[in-house]
Amino acid sequence: MSATSQHAEPAALTMSGAEVVLRALKDQGVEVIFGYPGGAVLPIYDAIFQQNAIRHILVRHEQAAVHAAEGYARSTGKVGVVLVTSGPGATNAVTGLVDALMDSIPVVCLTGQVPTHLIGNDAFQEADTTGITRPATKHNYLVKKSGDLARVVHEAFHVARSGRPGPVVIDLPKDILITKAPYVEAPPADQPHRSYRPQVEPDMAQVRKAVALLKAAKKPVIYTGGGVINAGPQASELLTKFVRMTGFPCTNTLMGLGAFPHSDPQFLGMLGMHGTYEANLVMHGCDVMLNIGARFDDRVTGKLSHFAPTSKKIHCDIDPSSINKNVKVDVPIVGDAGRIIAALIEAWKEDATQPDREALAAWWRQIDQWRGRDCLRYTQKGSIIKPQHAVKRLFEITKELGKETFITTEVGQHQMWAAQYFGFEKPNRWMTSGGLGTMGYGLPAAMGVQIAHPDALVIDIAGEASILMNIQEMSTLAQYRLPVKVFILNNEYMGMVRQWQELLHGGRYSESYSAALPDFVKLAESFHGVGMRAETADDLDRVIREMIAIDRPVIADIVVDQKENCFPMIPSGAAHNEMILGPDQEGNAAMVTDEGKVLV
Amino acid sequence: MSDSNEMRAATIAVLVENEAGVLARVIGLFSGRGYNIESLTVAAVDEARRLSRITIVTTGTEMVIEQIKAQLDRLVPVHKVSDLTLDGPHLTRELALIKVVGKGEHRVEALRLADAFRARVVDATTESFIFEMTGNAEKIDAFCALMRPIGLAEVSRTGAVAMARGPAGLAA
Repeated sequence: MSATSQHAEPAALTMSGAEVVLRALKDQGVEVIFGYPGGAVLPIYDAIFQQNAIRHILVRHEQAAVHAAEGYARSTGKVGVVLVTSGPGATNAVTGLVDALMDSIPVVCLTGQVPTHLIGNDAFQEADTTGITRPATKHNYLVKKSGDLARVVHEAFHVARSGRPGPVVIDLPKDILITKAPYVEAPPADQPHRSYRPQVEPDMAQVRKAVALLKAAKKPVIYTGGGVINAGPQASELLTKFVRMTGFPCTNTLMGLGAFPHSDPQFLGMLGMHGTYEANLVMHGCDVMLNIGARFDDRVTGKLSHFAPTSKKIHCDIDPSSINKNVKVDVPIVGDAGRIIAALIEAWKEDATQPDREALAAWWRQIDQWRGRDCLRYTQKGSIIKPQHAVKRLFEITKELGKETFITTEVGQHQMWAAQYFGFEKPNRWMTSGGLGTMGYGLPAAMGVQIAHPDALVIDIAGEASILMNIQEMSTLAQYRLPVKVFILNNEYMGMVRQWQELLHGGRYSESYSAALPDFVKLAESFHGVGMRAETADDLDRVIREMIAIDRPVIADIVVDQKENCFPMIPSGAAHNEMILGPDQEGNAAMVTDEGKVLV
Repeated sequence: MSDSNEMRAATIAVLVENEAGVLARVIGLFSGRGYNIESLTVAAVDEARRLSRITIVTTGTEMVIEQIKAQLDRLVPVHKVSDLTLDGPHLTRELALIKVVGKGEHRVEALRLADAFRARVVDATTESFIFEMTGNAEKIDAFCALMRPIGLAEVSRTGAVAMARGPAGLAA
């Protein structure tokens, strides 16, 4: 912008609204936008055309733009940015926005809107975007005055990334984008917002109370979630330090995988509905539970009245509304997970009490006994590929190759197998739709990850049903030469639906068979990618190695055992100690009460 | 926090930015999360600082009321949330307009009761009155109940506004 005004007027208006938006994005450090053009946002696309600072990635569906931004955000810690048009552009983005809201992912979504004088007139491609997205976002804005434009964009980034992160929508009427608008810089970082001031620093008195409880614990557990990931990689490092300092067992939620190294002997694996036997029994039997950045989700707690019944609970969360929402806790600590862990380390050192090493040793003996059940055991025999084996081999081969690897998933059985059998040593390497459970998440998310990490190996572990929900993004992969690998565990069923029908509905597989599937090999080829298929166990390793070696988009169609179910499983409405470990366990269906059947 | 599952009423004062959509955010929160609203009032209270005040009367268990306050407090345009019921003695007032239609002895009785309740006549015809009264919800309920057999025709109420007693103010 060469804005050398000859006139004396102060702050001459030299930029259009669209240019102000782009300038604000640039000042916020934005490098890439995921978007799809349309009438209402043409002025922004025109401004994008005339600059080089920000790259635009053209997706094939607006939902995918948001998931791509989520993948970008989760793998980098930066805010993901989306640009879509009014009406259908905005409504298509809604699923992605709710996904980001449920998983606390920082996203700023710019939506076009009809010009201000037409708002409310049912104009072409008009939708009440702020009305529709109000419960789908952390916050949203409709900019009705040019003077507010720059301030709103800066504020949106602050709201999206601070506190408990989340999606923010800015609705931009077309006339505001065309009219000249003033540019203002972002306020200094230390200038508090008028009304929005999330608490970051923990209350030390609470931290000391927590440490006193932890020091006295005989059967402790540290249970951490996405909040630790969101607090940045240094929070995960501090967590690892703290867990090792205490000698306590540690389990992660689905959202929290990677915060603590998978290979560490103190790691119990994931907890919850498809968590490990040892993690869930530790949760059930513990006497002190330290929850950092997790929200006692129903997939984690199981039956609330039987959840960790004998424990004192410490809950650390940046969002005060998460505390005492589902589970009543004894010591709440509000603040950023990283700051809280740093404070816990400090207080642990200061507190002179010695932890009960003897009790802890007994606790570990008990845990080792539970571990001895080897709950993730499966038998790969014959030529039919077990889906668990496919993920396990994928993990082992990528580990052996030592490439920086990022995994995204769709939603269903394959997602749980990926969580169980793919180990993560570092945070930000695992992108999955946890809260909303959005089928179709994985491919566009992988796209966003690959944009942020062009040289990394990015794999979407998928199911044959989920992948079809955003398959059009194969075209985006081709356009930008993104070598994303789609690893389909193809059992020709919506596997998790089928599993529940088997367990709860008498094996009546209503509409859960994936009929008329495409030939995924040909499908990959038609999208300018490479397709391959593994039909027998002997093919598996070769296909995985070939897939990884190809520097282009690949779909690997892994034909797996159709009947395999995902275990362990805590049936809905059951407690942690009522896990089903495998298909041989008797009375599976009988374990689900009527009360449990109404739960999802 | 008590372990009780007992329901209690709470009168919550919320200071918010006076901007479009803020009331929808608050109401959406209550409907979306299934909280009760007994009454809700809103009006601008500070033009210079662009502040509005919302008064919500709700009921719930202690855990739910704590949730409501935390959920309100995390809305971006919310400055301050105060649980007046929990914080100490406070005043609650409501304004009502009550139309009573009747003739003869009913009119005399209506006026007599209105006098006892300190309701003012703000409109009169040969066969109707409109009374204006302020008070807490129970007082207005009682007055309406007495008017029903006499000829209660229409009621319009504002819902509660409330304020803590004593010198302390609700600062943004």
